[in-house]
Amino acid sequence: MSAGVEGKLDVLDPQDHARFEQLVLPHLDAAFNLSRWLLHGRADAEDVAQESMMRAFRFFRGFHGGDARAWLLQIVRNTCYTWLEKNRSVDLTTEFDEELHPQPSVSPEALAIAGDNRERLTRALEELPVRFREVLILRELEGCSYKEIAAITSVPIGTVMSALARARQRLQRVLTQPAPQQKQEARREL
Amino acid sequence: MSCELTQTVLHGYLDGELDAARAADFERHLISCAECVTALEAQESLHSSIQRTALYERAPASLRQKVQKELGTRPRSSVTPIRNPAPWRWLAIAATLLLALSLGWRLLPSLRSNRTGTMLASAIVDAHLRSLQPGHLEDVQSTDQHTVKPWFDGKLTFAPPVHDFVNEGFPLQGGRLDVVSGRNVAVLVYARRKHLINVFVWPTAEADSEPLSGSQLGYNWLEWRKSGMELHAISDVSPEDLTALHRLLME
Repeated sequence: MSAGVEGKLDVLDPQDHARFEQLVLPHLDAAFNLSRWLLHGRADAEDVAQESMMRAFRFFRGFHGGDARAWLLQIVRNTCYTWLEKNRSVDLTTEFDEELHPQPSVSPEALAIAGDNRERLTRALEELPVRFREVLILRELEGCSYKEIAAITSVPIGTVMSALARARQRLQRVLTQPAPQQKQEARREL
Repeated sequence: MSCELTQTVLHGYLDGELDAARAADFERHLISCAECVTALEAQESLHSSIQRTALYERAPASLRQKVQKELGTRPRSSVTPIRNPAPWRWLAIAATLLLALSLGWRLLPSLRSNRTGTMLASAIVDAHLRSLQPGHLEDVQSTDQHTVKPWFDGKLTFAPPVHDFVNEGFPLQGGRLDVVSGRNVAVLVYARRKHLINVFVWPTAEADSEPLSGSQLGYNWLEWRKSGMELHAISDVSPEDLTALHRLLME
């Protein structure tokens, strides 16, 4: 995917340009991190993060102060979803499980052991439906408040807490129950 | 599995998002609900696993360069010609950022519990990050304090203390002018092994103070006032290294 930059970028006066560099550009890491976790691949994430930054630049006149990171991440999220619709629509149709599953009782120790394996934790996160993954990434890696998460993901603030609850329980389940895929891999190794 | 609070309030509690009254209610509930206690422990364990495994992925240097190129970002105009940063310097900075990534995100829990992060601290962190972008680090690049110190003359209304501590393991790299929260400041750049430390200096009318430390976004900072100057040291080096530099600057 190209950066998709239409027309000239030079639409901001020097003062706004400098403000953009000061307020928005420092959040490039956040933009990349969110893209990487929403899209999986680093190369795609790099393209999408770049396109998001250019969009943010073009829309910067519409930013009237406030939380620049949340504003940028909202654009990143929308750009990621557009990319997913185009390239991997199956990721978006994966059920967004509204039902609350009974939670098997898990010992914190077992969970700690499973969770401390970086590869396993990464895979578990990547297996989550994208809507679960995004709230977890925003909360756990980006340290966003519920208010910021609500703004970035365009959901009412009241539903952020339950979305996080479901996402964490799902992650916990994936971590402590070997996925069928892993069983197959284990069998192949034998 | 029956307590519905494990599906809702428990998470608000875990994330510090409940108001005081609701948090106190939940703590009372914990006394009588073993299920919530277990669930809370499990969630805390999951949370610390995520923090420990350092899953955050910073923007690769290639992305940073592409974005800067598209934006036409140029090194800040400066009174002295800015030298081109050597490629190795960019690599060193990238390595520093990688280290910050691996170290920094482990500091997040402490950051979370101490969400005070003043505006000034944020401004300093932003200025530090900005300085790590290519061409932004130094306006005057010299390891000689007798070159760096006169360079500030006439550019500021105060004379920042400039000393080289190469023998103590903190070689001076250069200096630059910067603007932090609307005031003109002097910045001294020191190296510590492969890492860079920015020391922001500006005059203050307030009395001398003991050093105050903190961290934000994985960067450690230390601030203090001495002899009419306010100093903020920030870097991805350990707090101990910053304290060592503080001691040297106080001598």
